[in-house]
Amino acid sequence: MTEQDTATRETAAQLVEAFLKQRREQIAQRWADAPLFRTVFTVSRDEAVEACKGVVDALAEVLAGGRPEDITAPEFATVREQLGHVAASRARGGATPAQIADDVAALRPPVTELLRAEFADPSGVQAGEAVLLLSVVMGTLRLVVMETALSAGEELMERQRQQLLEVATPVIQLWDGIVAVPLIGTLDSARSQVVMESLLEAIVDQRAAYAILDITGVPMVDSLVAQHLLKTVAAARLMGAECIVSGIRPAIAQTIVHLGIDLGTVVTRSSLADALAYALARQGIAIPAPSASRVSPS
Amino acid sequence: MEAVSRPVTAELPIGSDADLSRVRQRVRQAATDLGFGLAQQTKVVTAASELARNTLVHGGGGLMEMTSLDDGHRRGLRLSFVDHGPGIRDVELALTDGYTSGGGLGLGLGGARRLMQHFTIDTTPGQGTTVTVEAWEQGVPTARRGTP
Repeated sequence: MTEQDTATRETAAQLVEAFLKQRREQIAQRWADAPLFRTVFTVSRDEAVEACKGVVDALAEVLAGGRPEDITAPEFATVREQLGHVAASRARGGATPAQIADDVAALRPPVTELLRAEFADPSGVQAGEAVLLLSVVMGTLRLVVMETALSAGEELMERQRQQLLEVATPVIQLWDGIVAVPLIGTLDSARSQVVMESLLEAIVDQRAAYAILDITGVPMVDSLVAQHLLKTVAAARLMGAECIVSGIRPAIAQTIVHLGIDLGTVVTRSSLADALAYALARQGIAIPAPSASRVSPS
Repeated sequence: MEAVSRPVTAELPIGSDADLSRVRQRVRQAATDLGFGLAQQTKVVTAASELARNTLVHGGGGLMEMTSLDDGHRRGLRLSFVDHGPGIRDVELALTDGYTSGGGLGLGLGGARRLMQHFTIDTTPGQGTTVTVEAWEQGVPTARRGTP
């Protein structure tokens, strides 16, 4: 970039910045009717205009800051939250990220038109420079909106993941001294940590002598899942409780054998009912055998 | 018999725990679509889970290529796990049950070999590792390929 180029660019930046400040009201009025704002601020148009003014101000500041291409420019910080809200409520309304990007792109033509009208010679070099710069900063704005929308999505996912961790691992008291954890889904390291902690706490709280880990809802047991199970069993044992792993389906049993996992030290049962019966019997509680006269209507 | 391989049906990145569960889901879906029975689906998914975790933990990440196969009689699934990690210095040792360099049970590689019908390792120390496994539809009993 030659010295002259830099100079032109600076003047262009100053021009566009001055234009944004001067025509703030007009731009905001036009933008307020664009789908991005109109569909979000349905109650009051004034609110939409205010929001648009905020964005115009931010763009002017970005230009003053001299970094029109930088999506991390601190000048965007003031509108980031608001744009995030706008994008999020568009997304809730069913708009795809591509549509939101299009909505932001639709803000460019009206403001470019206004800018061109400022020049005596709209096809001149100076006008061209200014419009180009405006396009650049509008492109950056589009990226800022997308980035804000995506990071809001990530936050949501992270929160849901955390909630799932808590929700998916209830410890149930089945009988005096017998607790059970029905495991559902894949047992990754984070889940198994939560399971182990809540199970050990329950063993203390309920003074449980038997803990049943039911894996009926676990789609797959690989060596890591098995290792997590074995560790949980070992920890429960240290607390003085005997662990029973139940809900081992035929496909899982075959896989465990092929993998070569040794569950020899663990009491296993095919169903939760069998595991409960085992624990009750070990506690000396006799349950009448399922009635022999169970007749199925034919 | 020469297996006719169709173009790669999917290529999945392996770079995080979330990718592992995506690999499991896609492999289960593919195995279901191919008409594999429940037991075999579980075996294939488990093997994929082991190998994908190896790619992530030992290979530092990589990708899985999934190809559906058809030899005219049966359908099958080929999975290739590719990484550019440190490679395996002693493949025999790595395949030994109970040998681990990552704090696990040391059953992943050998277990995956037992779960699948075809298993090859291509590794160069310092260059990376590619583990390729195949599973075939098990309707009519057929001659076993290689050692189980």
